[in-house]
Amino acid sequence: MTVAPTPAVGAPIDRIEGREKVTGSARYAYELPIEGVAYAAVVQSTIARGRIRDVDASAALALTGVLAVLWEGNAPRVADRDEWELAVLQTREVAYRGQIVAAVVAETLEVAREAAGLVQVAYDVDEHDVVLREDHPKLYAPPHVNPGYETDTQQGDPDAALAATAIVHDATYETPAYHNNPMEPHASLAVWDGGDLTIYDSNQGAAMARQLIAKVLGLPVERLRIVAEHVGGGFGSKGLPRPTAVLAALAASAVGRPVKVAATRREMFAFTGYRTPTIQRLRLGASAEGRLEAIVHEVVEQSSTVKEFAEQTAVVTRMMYAASSRRTTHRLARLDVPTPSWMRAPGECPGMYALESAMDELAIACGMDPIELRVRNEPETDPETGLAFSSRGLVACLREGARRFGWEGRDPSPGPRLHGRTYVGTGVACSTYPARRSPGTASVQASPDGSYVVRIAATDIGTGARTILTQIAADALDAPVDRVRVLIGDSDLPFASLAGGSMGTASWGTAVVRACETLRAEGGSEAFADTTQEIEQQTAFSRHAYGAQFCEVHVDADTGEVTVPRLLGVFAVGRVMNAKTARSQFIGGMTMGLSMALHEESVMDERFGDYLNADLAGYHVAACADVRDVEAIWIEEEDDDLNPMGAKGIGEIGIVGTAAAIANAVHHATGIRIRDLPIQPDRLIAWRA
Amino acid sequence: MREFTYERAQDAAGALALLDAAGPSARYLGGGTNLVDLMKLGVERPGVLVDVTHLPHDRIEELPDGGLRIGAAVRNSELAADRVVREAFPLLAQAVLAGASGQLRNMATVGGNLMQRTRCTYFTDVTKPCNKREGGRDPSGCPARDGHHRNHAILGHSEACVATHPSDMAVAMAALDATVHVTGRDGARTVPIPGLHRLPGDEPWRDTVLSPGELITAVEVPPLGVAVRSAYRKVRERASYAFALVSIAAALDVRDGEVRDCRIALGAVAHVPWRAAHAEDALRGRPATDESFGAAADAELAQARPLPGNAYKVQLARNLIVRTLADLAGAPA
Repeated sequence: MTVAPTPAVGAPIDRIEGREKVTGSARYAYELPIEGVAYAAVVQSTIARGRIRDVDASAALALTGVLAVLWEGNAPRVADRDEWELAVLQTREVAYRGQIVAAVVAETLEVAREAAGLVQVAYDVDEHDVVLREDHPKLYAPPHVNPGYETDTQQGDPDAALAATAIVHDATYETPAYHNNPMEPHASLAVWDGGDLTIYDSNQGAAMARQLIAKVLGLPVERLRIVAEHVGGGFGSKGLPRPTAVLAALAASAVGRPVKVAATRREMFAFTGYRTPTIQRLRLGASAEGRLEAIVHEVVEQSSTVKEFAEQTAVVTRMMYAASSRRTTHRLARLDVPTPSWMRAPGECPGMYALESAMDELAIACGMDPIELRVRNEPETDPETGLAFSSRGLVACLREGARRFGWEGRDPSPGPRLHGRTYVGTGVACSTYPARRSPGTASVQASPDGSYVVRIAATDIGTGARTILTQIAADALDAPVDRVRVLIGDSDLPFASLAGGSMGTASWGTAVVRACETLRAEGGSEAFADTTQEIEQQTAFSRHAYGAQFCEVHVDADTGEVTVPRLLGVFAVGRVMNAKTARSQFIGGMTMGLSMALHEESVMDERFGDYLNADLAGYHVAACADVRDVEAIWIEEEDDDLNPMGAKGIGEIGIVGTAAAIANAVHHATGIRIRDLPIQPDRLIAWRA
Repeated sequence: MREFTYERAQDAAGALALLDAAGPSARYLGGGTNLVDLMKLGVERPGVLVDVTHLPHDRIEELPDGGLRIGAAVRNSELAADRVVREAFPLLAQAVLAGASGQLRNMATVGGNLMQRTRCTYFTDVTKPCNKREGGRDPSGCPARDGHHRNHAILGHSEACVATHPSDMAVAMAALDATVHVTGRDGARTVPIPGLHRLPGDEPWRDTVLSPGELITAVEVPPLGVAVRSAYRKVRERASYAFALVSIAAALDVRDGEVRDCRIALGAVAHVPWRAAHAEDALRGRPATDESFGAAADAELAQARPLPGNAYKVQLARNLIVRTLADLAGAPA
């Protein structure tokens, strides 16, 4: 391993487990070899709403190697059904197509799958309702939006302001459902040892998963251990445990052997979460000089009938720009669809697509440069709370990005701009993401040989968290990084929050620093820290990361194909912990944003109630060939009011704003404004006479 | 996946014998890039797989007349990388490289590529009705016709089926007037590639005119002519690893500003690689101008019957024909 000179934080050191991952020796949950293991395969409902009348397992059970066929009629009972999706095989009610209604446990995966196809499930079928509309009769105001924001807010009288302003922009923007599609599927291996259970699981937080699964199974938490040493991506879909984990435990209990369960790619389009489709009406009222007087952002989205998940899509509009009056609302329809969940930057990602598209349209209406429009509406304090910003680098990002991108002299008028048979345009949009922390714990142990072991139930889902925590600990201990070993990914380690909300580094880093400080202050061989009090008592500030994304697009005039030859992101995120892994997070997020803009869309068939394009050939994630020159840089930002590292989270901000930047550039190139994603070729072709 | 027996044939006669012995549920296995997927999905449930990748049909031979004989077991990646193919039949190399991914092309065979099945999402989901899948009409009818058919056919479809053929390579071969050599119980025969695949009609489960057990051994491609320029162009929703929205294989021979000869085939518009004979007829002898190209496209697309959700394909196909021919003609676009 490289020995980085102190300070380690900021250095672009390689991932500590990089070699194991690249050579294939890093073990993921499903890969763990274990004696006597059996395999489970699920049977999914083929109706979107109704009840299971009966299950005929005879053909499946007749297959050699089948150990059990489990369903509501015979599966072990769980203790707690509050988390409906986790209480797998406990009900005859079918709430969406693709729901797990039975499972086969067999000697091999192949036999389990074949037998699953032989299980006959009879249903009483009810009519289903799976299509979100802005006038859907089931729309209602949920009590709060994810994770605990107010559903609606109002300041001043936006309707009166809109009626009085010189310029009004009023448009509706739509985003389709998106599926997270991490490379590694949701997978679990459950091993019982008497009354003790260990689940090797692919998740974003072993400690949180333990709490939830223990509650579902009625196990004391100390009898359950969750191990998630390596996780092949999650993008939010592994933030909460998935039915696979509970199913593995129930199946292992039923057959008295360890059981492995992994969702197939197709199953990942049903019961492992996705981003809700959104319908967003944006109204912006501005003076002729482009000063915002009113902002109204009204969101319509969906959840399933079994769980209220209300994405916080308009929350970002509450703080982004100055305006004397504003309203934000969220309305939810509970449909017979799979349960939506977190996907990279829930809220900010779809919300900023709409807001930043609308700002671009307003800039054109005002005859202004879109950067100048944003600078003109820069707030001095958080418009929602009145709080001071701990730091706000938005304008700095816009200015630096404009300089690097070569924005100066850009003709702001809309296209078409035809060069040969290619329309060419450029666009900009802003990024933002909250900088939060969650309480947690960590311990550090010193050895006489000068080495240290840090323990914390954090998770590295591919972000580089293990490496960064090592760097943070090394600096806090004033030790070289190769003398510090950080153990993560196990619920037996000191409790830590999950890898979500871009809070990992800030939350876990705080606990690690405090434990290391205690060790150095008090001496001895071991120290422990709990950050609950520190985080509860932190000074009130409006804490957010910011960014600006610039892109150039080429649109083929004949085929409508869009390419993005240049995509530049400039970010203000406090102090960067590791220049290499940070760049990966930024360009990964931007790539996912590009993919959202141009490629990704989960297509619902309303007659059947499921997503049709349920594989990676049909659900188009951007390929390498789509991702040309993607560059991410960051500006120096010191912020002492965040956490001991001075760091803001960076896992999600990269996806925020990208889609708007691309849609804005497509408009600049072609004159065609796309207000519902993705921007597919057929949207942009004109009859060529 | 149903349990199956794996057999490996060493020559064509052996393959035929193995397949014959195994009965109707046996299938030939090439690279397996489509068949194995369909087996995992339960769409194909063979009891026996007869691996034909070890047959001695793994070479690309130059024929005395300048044509090519391409063994059915040649991998797609080898075909695309072959020097003669790249120089003399650039549209064929381009078409192969436009398909699938590097890993898939390393596995997929020329014979298998021709025999691959539609990627219609209803066809690949055994929990949904489909007329094409079961070898018999589904009482519920074709769900794509009234459902999501953005990627489906605009030409030659039937009430029973609106699926498209997914191959890129086959589109180039249709333009090249390639011929398939097959061998079967009743001996060897040749089948021209426009003609190998069939329109869905009332029997959409029959993709080709081949009889059960017939095995493709080679594809013969006649020479294209030295003065001919050719290209394959594919429009898709991402830059790689996506099936075409519309594709075109075109060859053009222009002398003194006039189209002496031309070949045009379209992909992703029909149940077959679609040879655009009407367009070709309309173009031969005409000046090589955008106007002629547009008129040729219109002559072909007059027979299009787009569905409510794929009307864009007519426009896209027209644009693509005009643009590709204009580029080949070197005319101002």
